[in-house]
Amino acid sequence: MANDPLHQFQIKPIIDLFNVGGMDFSFTNSSLFMVAAAGTVSAILFAASRSASLVPSRIQSIGELWYEFVANMVRQVMGSEGMKFFPFVFTVFSFVLMSNLLGMFPYFFTVTSHVVVTAALAVFIIAMVVVVGLAKHGLHFFKLFVPSGVPIAILPFISLIEVISFLSRPVSLALRLFGNMMAGHIVLKVFTGFVVSLGALGIGGIIGALFPLAMGVALTGFEFLVAFLQAFVFAILTCVYLNDALHPGH
Amino acid sequence: MEADAAKFIGAGIACIGMGGAGIGVGHIFGNYLAGSLRNPSAASAQFTNALIGAALAEGLGIFSLVVALLLLFT
Repeated sequence: MANDPLHQFQIKPIIDLFNVGGMDFSFTNSSLFMVAAAGTVSAILFAASRSASLVPSRIQSIGELWYEFVANMVRQVMGSEGMKFFPFVFTVFSFVLMSNLLGMFPYFFTVTSHVVVTAALAVFIIAMVVVVGLAKHGLHFFKLFVPSGVPIAILPFISLIEVISFLSRPVSLALRLFGNMMAGHIVLKVFTGFVVSLGALGIGGIIGALFPLAMGVALTGFEFLVAFLQAFVFAILTCVYLNDALHPGH
Repeated sequence: MEADAAKFIGAGIACIGMGGAGIGVGHIFGNYLAGSLRNPSAASAQFTNALIGAALAEGLGIFSLVVALLLLFT
């Protein structure tokens, strides 16, 4: 099918590397765009900090805005002691943001539209929450599951619900980013696919194709908003979960 | 063939759950807007909380999308 909306998510190996125990370690288009996202972020931030001056240049303002945005987010959610997690949160935010934004270019691959990428990020974040919580508070970390001030009769049920909600965090963190990016790109492809199939019908079809075209333009703008918003939500939920590790008592 | 048809019907039914997520997200932003019109000075401090709530509500809708995709492609 010429305009198959799922075609864009295919992973194709670019450079065949080695195979270990049935696992393919090829350098794929997904890997290429991960490298591109990391490289773009590094290039922008390097250019921003190369010639730092008191009166910032345009690129330096972007870098400062970016830094301050994430720093304020971390401070607001975790307090000033959470700033030791700032490099991690900044890295996660920048990588997700740049992957989402690079995916908006035509014919570019969206790294975050694959659940394996977002699940790896989410599982790493939750594993870090558990490790940091246990290292910092020992067994007091499990007070996270026993809220204070709850009547003893319903405490077992509350604890059960808290455990389930904690276990569903990596799942929801991964699926939210994946679902938003993938669904958004499918919707874009479906609407712009209408333009192609209506345009093939002749003059009446071309006039009719203007409506899905306008919808496609509007949705592209909306997708840029979603790309930023999902990166922001991913980063701020990372902060919220890390805050649980720092301050486990409710 | 009938199993395939049942799969597609199931995927369609699973997508109804996303309507619930739409209601939830609309509720959160509607209430945020109502609150911020009553007290505009406190609005900017609560915008992050509104976004977190919207993200949590939306995540549950995404679950139903994933169920639909699993039905279609497995």
